[in-house]
Amino acid sequence: MSAPARPESLAKLEKLLAALAARGIVSAADLDEAQARTDRASPEIGARMVARAWLDPDWRALLLRDGAQAAEQMGVSMAGAPPLGVLEDKSGLHHLVVCTLCSCYPRAVLGYPPSWYKSFEYRSRAVREPRAVLAEWGTVLPPGTKIRVVDSTADYRWMVLPERPAGTEGWSEDRLAALVTRDALVGVALPQAPVAAAAE
Amino acid sequence: MSGPSGGAVAGARFAAGDRVRVRDDWPERRGPCHIRTPHYLRGRIGRVQAVLGAFPNPEDLAFARPAPVRPLYHVLFDQPPIWREGAEGDTVLVEIFEHWLDPDTEQEPKAA
Repeated sequence: MSAPARPESLAKLEKLLAALAARGIVSAADLDEAQARTDRASPEIGARMVARAWLDPDWRALLLRDGAQAAEQMGVSMAGAPPLGVLEDKSGLHHLVVCTLCSCYPRAVLGYPPSWYKSFEYRSRAVREPRAVLAEWGTVLPPGTKIRVVDSTADYRWMVLPERPAGTEGWSEDRLAALVTRDALVGVALPQAPVAAAAE
Repeated sequence: MSGPSGGAVAGARFAAGDRVRVRDDWPERRGPCHIRTPHYLRGRIGRVQAVLGAFPNPEDLAFARPAPVRPLYHVLFDQPPIWREGAEGDTVLVEIFEHWLDPDTEQEPKAA
């Protein structure tokens, strides 16, 4: 058996990279560095930012005013990253992020987007029938909550700041951060309130 | 640069609270282009929520042309009029460049 044919797209990619390098636009080292930066990022960064915002009102204000500066303060390198906007959920208002045009995603603080975020289905449905999409995720919003879909079309990248679940009073930042999943930072899920430990 | 909570951008035509109409324009029909204004918003009326800053026009950047910076706005739209379905009070919030927006000329009913 012979090896499978090499995809034509790879040959095209190599030509493109060679042309960019030859013109001094992007070097292989630049690409490695950009990839390493995204590899280092993960939703745990966004989760820590949310947990800290739940605990520290001043830092929350900074996060909402200038997400990139807030991230830098936590030691996240935002060099070369687009501005970061943070969407504040509150009682009666829930945010859901989508990029209908492509797959814009706050990689600096969430890492690589999941494949469903880039899918045609999510991109076309989240903006048109967000309630059906949330229902399929099993996400139940409190009654009366309005949904605000944020279509990420241009130069910002958007992350949701969910509400702090009830029953987490006195929790540490680490413990709170563990409640905040990638999906909650996009808005398809909510941070799960802890199960009442006393329930027998 | 101003943050999402708004702020002054030199020369910005609109401010938070202004009612605007997205141009009902379809450059896609005229030739190759790179447009960041979603189809579903062309011709729609919304309200400026924030001035996000000023950024090089992606319609030029995509073709490696000199790209002058343009004010970028966060514009809020009611969802049901766009799709003729959906829940009352649900909204869509979208980044739109200034050259895609006109002042909304339909006057809101004034309080007596």
